Amino acid sequence: MLYLEDFTPGRVLPLASCTLDAAAIIEFASEFDPQPMHLDEEAGKASILGGLAASGWHTASLFMRMMYDGWLANSSSEGSPGIEFMKWKKPVIAGDTLCGQSTVIEARPLRSRPGIGLVKFLHEVTNQNGDVVMRGENPIMFRARSVENATMAGDPA
Amino acid sequence: MKLSELLPSGTAVVTGSLLFTADDIITFARKFDPQPFHTDAEAAKDYVFGALCASGWHTCAGWMKTYVAYIVKETGRLEAEGHEPPKLGPSPGFKKLQWLKPVYAGDTITYSMTLLESRPLVSRPGTWINTSANAGVNQKGETVLRFEGSILEFS
Repeated sequence: MLYLEDFTPGRVLPLASCTLDAAAIIEFASEFDPQPMHLDEEAGKASILGGLAASGWHTASLFMRMMYDGWLANSSSEGSPGIEFMKWKKPVIAGDTLCGQSTVIEARPLRSRPGIGLVKFLHEVTNQNGDVVMRGENPIMFRARSVENATMAGDPA
Repeated sequence: MKLSELLPSGTAVVTGSLLFTADDIITFARKFDPQPFHTDAEAAKDYVFGALCASGWHTCAGWMKTYVAYIVKETGRLEAEGHEPPKLGPSPGFKKLQWLKPVYAGDTITYSMTLLESRPLVSRPGTWINTSANAGVNQKGETVLRFEGSILEFS
């Protein structure tokens, strides 16, 4: 289990990998981003994206799942206040296999919430050709191990 | 017609509203963000957010859903009136995204978009980049989401 204290600057945490098929791209786009290049192969090819491409919000949501499966599920995460930036650098096309990593930039305790700290990450998602398709920075809140242990020690058995 | 002619610069345009039911929140989160506070109302009580709330990515996708619906509606209107609608493309990304308040089950979020800037891309003649301040406000008037988006546009 990863607690606030475990996120030392420079630590690299791998994301789970994931392959995106056309059906998943169309399903997400139909609900949230029904633009032709996300719904139709031919329209995608005719666009500057060059093929049936995932909505950027789909890529971002998938990145979330890859992070969850890669390392976040095994952490004391308390959610995130936001994203400093996210760049969709290359299209994610049907059939692409994505992998990636989160790198710790800095970590600090939150004065406003005792026992919780904020860790800033650089996240990168890469396709099967080694191209970075998405890059972003964001802070995530984590419970501190020291507080967790203190709470457990204080609990009546 | 350019996007900057459709959207008066500096004025917020409401793109639409979306209700987040517990079912919607859990369905999205099971696929993309299965943290306990997004999938389990009981477990959520033990976390900072305090109750079942939507994944931040779900609230972002909701903005996109209302934006596309707004553009489709405006495109139809402009064509009916004999104008050429803006030729909008994909987005290279966003910045300064803030999830200011949790979106809880039963909340209705009203989304908006305020055009900030439209400038030609030097690297791609005939292409503009539009920057907009986007937001989501809940039924109590509290801003829950804010980010600065960008959209490509072609001549």
